[in-house]
Amino acid sequence: MSNTATTESHISSYPKFIGRSLWLATEGSFGFYAWMTMLTAIFLVGANAWANQVAGGMVGTNMTDQVSWGLYIANFTFMVGLAAGGVMMVIPAYLYHDRKMHDVVIIGELLAVAAIVMCLMFVVADLGRPDRFWHLIPGIGKFNFPISMLTWDVIVLNGYLVLNLHICGYLLYMRFLGRRPNPVWYVPFVMVSIVWAISIHTVTAFLYCGLGGRPFWNTALLAPRFLASAFVSGPAFIIVSMILIKRLTGVIGLDQPIATLTKIIRVTILINLLMVASELFTEFYTGGSHVSAAKYLFFGLHGKTALVPWTWTAIGLNITAALLFLWSGILSERWRPLLITACAMAFVGTWIEKGMGLIIPGFIPSTLHEIVEYVPSQLEWKVTVGIWAFGLMIFTIAIKTALPTLKRPIH
Amino acid sequence: METSKPSLPIVENFSRRAAVKGGFATLGAAAFVAAVSPLRQAAKNTTAAEFMQQHYTELSPEQKSDVIARLETEAKEKHGVDVHISDDRPIPGTKFVYAINLSVCNGNGKCVEACHKENNHDRTTNQSYIRVIEMPKGTMDMEQGSTTYTGAVPKDDKFYLPVQCQQCDEPPCVDVCPVKATWKEEDGIVVVDYNWCIGCRYCEAACPYHARRFNWKEPEVPAEEINPDQGYLSNRVRPVGVVEKCTYCLHRTRKGKLPACLEACPTGARVFGNILDKDSNIRWILENKRVYILKEELGTKPAFFYYFD
Repeated sequence: MSNTATTESHISSYPKFIGRSLWLATEGSFGFYAWMTMLTAIFLVGANAWANQVAGGMVGTNMTDQVSWGLYIANFTFMVGLAAGGVMMVIPAYLYHDRKMHDVVIIGELLAVAAIVMCLMFVVADLGRPDRFWHLIPGIGKFNFPISMLTWDVIVLNGYLVLNLHICGYLLYMRFLGRRPNPVWYVPFVMVSIVWAISIHTVTAFLYCGLGGRPFWNTALLAPRFLASAFVSGPAFIIVSMILIKRLTGVIGLDQPIATLTKIIRVTILINLLMVASELFTEFYTGGSHVSAAKYLFFGLHGKTALVPWTWTAIGLNITAALLFLWSGILSERWRPLLITACAMAFVGTWIEKGMGLIIPGFIPSTLHEIVEYVPSQLEWKVTVGIWAFGLMIFTIAIKTALPTLKRPIH
Repeated sequence: METSKPSLPIVENFSRRAAVKGGFATLGAAAFVAAVSPLRQAAKNTTAAEFMQQHYTELSPEQKSDVIARLETEAKEKHGVDVHISDDRPIPGTKFVYAINLSVCNGNGKCVEACHKENNHDRTTNQSYIRVIEMPKGTMDMEQGSTTYTGAVPKDDKFYLPVQCQQCDEPPCVDVCPVKATWKEEDGIVVVDYNWCIGCRYCEAACPYHARRFNWKEPEVPAEEINPDQGYLSNRVRPVGVVEKCTYCLHRTRKGKLPACLEACPTGARVFGNILDKDSNIRWILENKRVYILKEELGTKPAFFYYFD
């Protein structure tokens, strides 16, 4: 209503903004085109694998009635964490008024958008009947709210997506118009998004920990553990992205946010390890049949050991990364390769721990104590890698669109 | 910048780049369509009527009979068999419960086989709603048991624990379903609308008794082996990609017959009936025998009991 100052109405300027963004997102160096072509190719392989899965039934996966969730749900769970992890930029920027972080906070918000899109894709990939997806839509389908935790997850994930799309979209649009963003239109949403980020991972943990028949998941520590590990994997991914953005695009002012995030991981990675240790103590000291799944995960059960190498790899990566983060030298610019290594280790370690390392032992032994092992099929890997490629495409394009904002922040 | 008049070469350059980008976008879109072309095959198997079908509890009597007629026609086309699909509703004043005498059951597995045939289970995976656990005497810990036992039964040092859907009064599977595709009916039977289930398998994760099965592929049953007496909510041949479960053979029991697994049991270990009927055999057993409930501590309140002589 107070838009009398603008010479152009939003009806004509918004499409221009979208067009301009699209144009900008598809401009780049040879390296950029090569990167996007590679991601497209990988995504197409995944799309084809998924289409085959839908046409031929989920028999193409290696899931069974005993292990009825696998690689897709493992990645879904991890991705929710990645989406929530971006909030570790938002909190310093908006609650602690860290100016440098504020200038580049959009990176975390755009990561949330890409990660949530991947979450939704992993859920759809896991559905036996994606053609009946509309049954899940409130109003036209039959939404089992509030009893089913999955309906809560549908709400919080889509809500988080919309929140972040709005915040990023508004800031970029204002930038395009050359106007100062009006805090009324985005700061309240940012505050909501902070609480919302916590909620997406809490609700996702509740999906599992509310099931009495699955002792491995049935622990009150699951949601706090999810959050702690999310605040490792999210910042780790963002640090590496920032180092790349700095090197490839010349955006300045990233070093201080990198240092802040490094200091955050330094704490969260230890909290996560503490919680894992606490969980393991309770399991193994108590003993009994409750511990079977943990035994299977760490040492194998009745000669079945498929997950053992994965778990110990994760433990090794997480502990090594934790030690590297504790070393003060990691903050210096000289040691950037080491910081990248530490971030990669923490990222992969969390991916194993919260992915396969969490989902699969929930099913082994089964509720009737059968031990049926699970190793993802080639089709599952193709679909999974395809979704990752798509997510990286979204993230790349989003960052490119945001480059003018990142290069010259409006104060 | 945008207001200054661009000179001709730049415009030309712009449109050339736009054309190149558009070309690649078209190429990408075409490649995507090619990549997902197997979906066309899947789409052929789903008719518009099936896609639009409403939830079982929201179908009017006319819609229900249309749906059943469609399913019968499809069965004829697909399997070449005339099947009859009934829509048996709960009998008022009935609450079905099941009991198994563990002192008598000898692990012969006839119930497993009878379920396989009665419920039109996939032949290639030898599916059944019942699993029998061979347990060493002296424990009730299923960790000690085996579902893959072989050899002559009964073995002296073992007893046998058949497990199927416990038709819980507090069913975790029903709570977790995001689309209400599974629910508990008035006679206590937990059912699935196979035409509404989206195949997320959350119920399979939630069930503490491994009672649910997923159709990982299109079930295969040879025409001559198909049981033509079918129920919409029970033993009709299931679609691919949905979850199914034991329904206490509701297409039989709601007509006054006994479940197939009970009829097949040669030992007489299985007892089925209406717990609300004071004179029923099952009522007498539950009141007078030593009764054991599987995973009672989970609070699922099964309508399935194990007892000992």
